[in-house]
Amino acid sequence: MAAVSQSAMTAEPSVASPKMTARDLNLSYGDNQALFDVNLDIVERQVTALIGPSGCGKSTFLRCMNRMNDTIDGVTIKGEVTLDGRDIYDKRIDVVQLRARIGMVFQKPNPFPKTIYDNVAYGPRIHGLVNSRDELDQIVMTSLERAGLLKEVKDRLQSPATGLSGGQQQRLCIARAVAVSPEVILMDEPCSALDPIATAKVEELIDELRSNYTIVIVTHSMQQAARVSQRTAFFHLGKLVEVGETDQIFTNPKDERTKGYITGRFG
Amino acid sequence: MSLSFLLLAVAALCVLSFYFGRQRAIALSGGRYSNLHSLPTHYGMYVALWCGLPALLLLVVWYMFQGSIIEAMIIADLPAEITGDPGKLSLALNSISLIAEGGGQHLTVSPEVVDAGRRLARLHTIANAALIVVMLASASVGIMLSYRKIDPEMRARNNVERISRWIMIACSAIAILSTVGIVFSLLFEALHFFSKISPLEFLFGLEWSPQTAIRADQVASDGAFGAIPLFVGTLLITLIAMAVAVPVGLFSAIYMGEYASSKFRSVAKPALEILAGVPTVVYGFFAALTVAPFLRDNGAIIGLDVSSESALAAGLVMGVMIIPFVSSLSDDVMSQVPQSLRDGSYGLGATKSETIRHVIFPAALPGIVGAVLLAVSRAIGETMIVVMAAGLAANLTVNPLQAVTTVTVQIVTLLVGDQEFNSAKTLSAFALGLVLFLVTLGLNVFALKVVQKYREKYD
Amino acid sequence: MTDMASLMEDRAAAKVISDNLHKPVDWDSPKIARNIKKRYAAERRFKFYGLAAIGVALLALFVLAGSIGSKGYTAFFQTYVQLEITFDQDAIDPDRTGDPAVIGKANFDGLIKQALRERFPQVTGRQEKRDLYSIVSGGASYDLRERVMENPGLIGQTRKVWLISGDDFDMLNKGYISADVEEGNRRLNDEEIAWYDALKSDGAVEKQFHTRFFTNGDSREPELAGIWGAAVGSLYTLMVTLALSFPIGVLAAVYLEEFAPKNRFTQIVEVNINNLAAVPSIVFGLLGLEVYLNVMHLPRSAPVVGGLTLALMTLPTIIIASRAAIKAVPPSIRQAALGLGASPVQTVTHHVLPLAMPGILTGTIIGMAQALGETAPLLMIGMVAFIVDIPGGALDPATVLPVQIYLWADSPERAFVEKTSAAIMVLLAFLVLMNGLAVYLRKKFERKW
Repeated sequence: MAAVSQSAMTAEPSVASPKMTARDLNLSYGDNQALFDVNLDIVERQVTALIGPSGCGKSTFLRCMNRMNDTIDGVTIKGEVTLDGRDIYDKRIDVVQLRARIGMVFQKPNPFPKTIYDNVAYGPRIHGLVNSRDELDQIVMTSLERAGLLKEVKDRLQSPATGLSGGQQQRLCIARAVAVSPEVILMDEPCSALDPIATAKVEELIDELRSNYTIVIVTHSMQQAARVSQRTAFFHLGKLVEVGETDQIFTNPKDERTKGYITGRFG
Repeated sequence: MSLSFLLLAVAALCVLSFYFGRQRAIALSGGRYSNLHSLPTHYGMYVALWCGLPALLLLVVWYMFQGSIIEAMIIADLPAEITGDPGKLSLALNSISLIAEGGGQHLTVSPEVVDAGRRLARLHTIANAALIVVMLASASVGIMLSYRKIDPEMRARNNVERISRWIMIACSAIAILSTVGIVFSLLFEALHFFSKISPLEFLFGLEWSPQTAIRADQVASDGAFGAIPLFVGTLLITLIAMAVAVPVGLFSAIYMGEYASSKFRSVAKPALEILAGVPTVVYGFFAALTVAPFLRDNGAIIGLDVSSESALAAGLVMGVMIIPFVSSLSDDVMSQVPQSLRDGSYGLGATKSETIRHVIFPAALPGIVGAVLLAVSRAIGETMIVVMAAGLAANLTVNPLQAVTTVTVQIVTLLVGDQEFNSAKTLSAFALGLVLFLVTLGLNVFALKVVQKYREKYD
Repeated sequence: MTDMASLMEDRAAAKVISDNLHKPVDWDSPKIARNIKKRYAAERRFKFYGLAAIGVALLALFVLAGSIGSKGYTAFFQTYVQLEITFDQDAIDPDRTGDPAVIGKANFDGLIKQALRERFPQVTGRQEKRDLYSIVSGGASYDLRERVMENPGLIGQTRKVWLISGDDFDMLNKGYISADVEEGNRRLNDEEIAWYDALKSDGAVEKQFHTRFFTNGDSREPELAGIWGAAVGSLYTLMVTLALSFPIGVLAAVYLEEFAPKNRFTQIVEVNINNLAAVPSIVFGLLGLEVYLNVMHLPRSAPVVGGLTLALMTLPTIIIASRAAIKAVPPSIRQAALGLGASPVQTVTHHVLPLAMPGILTGTIIGMAQALGETAPLLMIGMVAFIVDIPGGALDPATVLPVQIYLWADSPERAFVEKTSAAIMVLLAFLVLMNGLAVYLRKKFERKW
């Protein structure tokens, strides 16, 4: 049964020219296999939501997409992940550049213990994207504006970022990611540490960012996936069970497990 | 020797009383332990505690006062011409104790002193005998009183536990007692010193030569007690040590924590910790016999005049000693920087070194500052390396190639060997000790606060 | 008005940048490529600094160990000289009494000197003779006496006997004194070196294992000095330290961790312990000098005073380690015991302490190792005296290993350098043993809850 649905999945890539793809991706931590033969396409300038019960491998998969798992000891990855058709695990790919092209926002807001300005300026500075202070100022301003934070912090750019509220910190982290002009932004449960009002703001922001960036978001909340995403992928026990248009997944799931999950029979 | 026998005797009494207390409780229970309030062993312990504890307390109190009381008795009998002059008195007391120990035949002293010596010996014998009697008596009384109290209704366990609680509190209080002891012994002698030499002269004077203080005609005449050259020397050596220990320790910690494979770490980390376990006297020997001649000879080759007791040699070796201290403390501190910050930086495409320099290091900075302050306090208080490798001459210089002296070196030189108490020379060591204690204490309290604050931030 | 205008301008500028912002960066542009190259170079440099720092530290360790090892290993061997000794009846026991008391008082030193004169009959001058006698150690006559006492049959015979040599002769044989140096700049003159060469070519010079180094007390003569006295002193001192600091430290740790209410007293105790751990050791020496010697009039130079002083110093180490070990015992075990009706004291003595004991012992051993290596505070309480006799108890004057090292390092004789290094090797061996034991205990009883 599972084998059949699995092969059906592989055939699914109905997407014409995906921004990113994963092919037969397997990952293990030592002897523990966490991902089994994942095949998934990410559509450009759309929000793709990864859902599934905790421990299902969705975050692990997300971290494979910009090679964040490289920093963990004892991880082995097999298979292929591509960005614009090029394998990102290719030896010739520079991981530093790759991560600039594929930005990431984490579960807990993690502003650096620096000023608000320096947080946003960090990426452009290390990547040498600017030639002058003015340019940097502009990038910081626009990034903050994009993240919908500029109005709130305009007058205290030089105060420490850790003084912001949780929601503001998370939007700052998004501004920080945006500042290096990434093509893809990966978000790992970006609202799980936020209150409902801050969550609404971040969701709104994600929706706006969609016009310029390809976004992949891992979320715990199916409502959130339904609100912000165009495509949804359901993970279960390290396998990608089903992927499709968000509307279709939530109204007419093909797989029993997906149905079970979204109707709340397990999770 | 008799002391250890006495202790053994009391211990034996305790064991015996434990046994008999337990037996009596068993006998009273009529074979059914449930008739007793507590277990038989509790009754045994109750008796044993009442046997040993008062006796031991008595011993401690006895030794605290025996010396001074006997000394007072001896002094009371000495003629006024001796007791009137502190110098003569301390000389006489030295001779008296020599005679009491059966020596001092070569001394030319007055008959009063010889008599006093004999009397001292007699008093010691009497005191020891008295101590034995008193201790054994107290042990026996304790046994008798507590043995009689044994009764099935008696809450022996509660009693024993209450007593052990007080013993534990007393043990904890020893930490306070030692601090109080340190403060009072330093303060007492230092105040004595400051009654002879003004604190201003001591703290701000530029010349230090206590050795000239002893002149034949004046027992306690003034030498020069300006401690500035000592402070400068201490700071100079500390600075050199920090110049070695901070960069090396910090970079080792960074490499160990962020770069090294676990295999490399498992070899290199214990190797570094060996450096911390080497006794300071060994470092001192190394500094004096290997590093100092090496520096002097190589300095000579390039035309530098390096003193054979240069501040540089002592400072370098002290730096090596402190490397593991800085490294393990900053390793602790940096490993507490949350992974999420690293992830944030890597996620933006930063390299490892960029992440370390721009994110981890600034985040860990307060903790690292605390670690360095603790290291500074350790360098200031370090004694053997400087005693063996730095000089005695109190030069007021910041040239690391010359010999300087430090606070700890002076304390050692002033107090090792025969001392005349009450002379400004000897007392000045306590004034230096007080300064040393206050400075290191201040550094420690401040550094521990900084580190504590830092920990709370990331907990 | 102008504000409004500038705001509009800003907006416009922001728009331009904003449009640029989602244009992908051209990562293949030469400027970016150069930048990447620079960043990786910086990364490599930074990593190299880290490795270099560890290299420096390890190098220091190797140089330290190497310099001590290379200076010290020769001290485990001692040069002996073979001489033909005539055990002259008239010189040893002229009245043929055979009484050990008489034999014991005989002038064995004279026999050795005579043997030396016979071996080198050309020596006549006063100073020359004195130089000649210094080939053999002053301690050799005691060896000779012992030999005769054990075997009185030797009297009247002539025997070839190996005698312990003097320190300069020993240094020459070990190569520390070079004949190539100008005569005025070395401890031995040309004539003495000629004697050495003559003896050497006879096969009358050899090195033997130096047991005396391990069995003797201190001495002014390097070839007779040994570490046994200091080792025994260290043992007594550590015994006193352990007897005091272990029970007190463990009881204090138990109280603070298990019973202490969170009040001011407890807080003061905690702050105190943390600060005491960082007080310079010499300050404890001053405390010991003032309290134990000046107030309580305990005997100077005695291990008991050294032990009392070091006990205060190691107390914080033991308390901190014991508290960590006690804290590591999970609360579930306490709850289980309390739930069965055990009293808090019983819970601690029956369950918590046995489980925490490996950690406590590890901390105690490390504290004892620190105490064994400590020097400065003991200088303050007079354990720095020159003591030849092996101490017989904790109240006898004594010195300890590190102080012995300090004393020898201060001695001018060349031969004390190797003794010092060898004593350091012995001290380090003890420390390695103790730390090894601590590591073993920790590994063996390591428990993950």
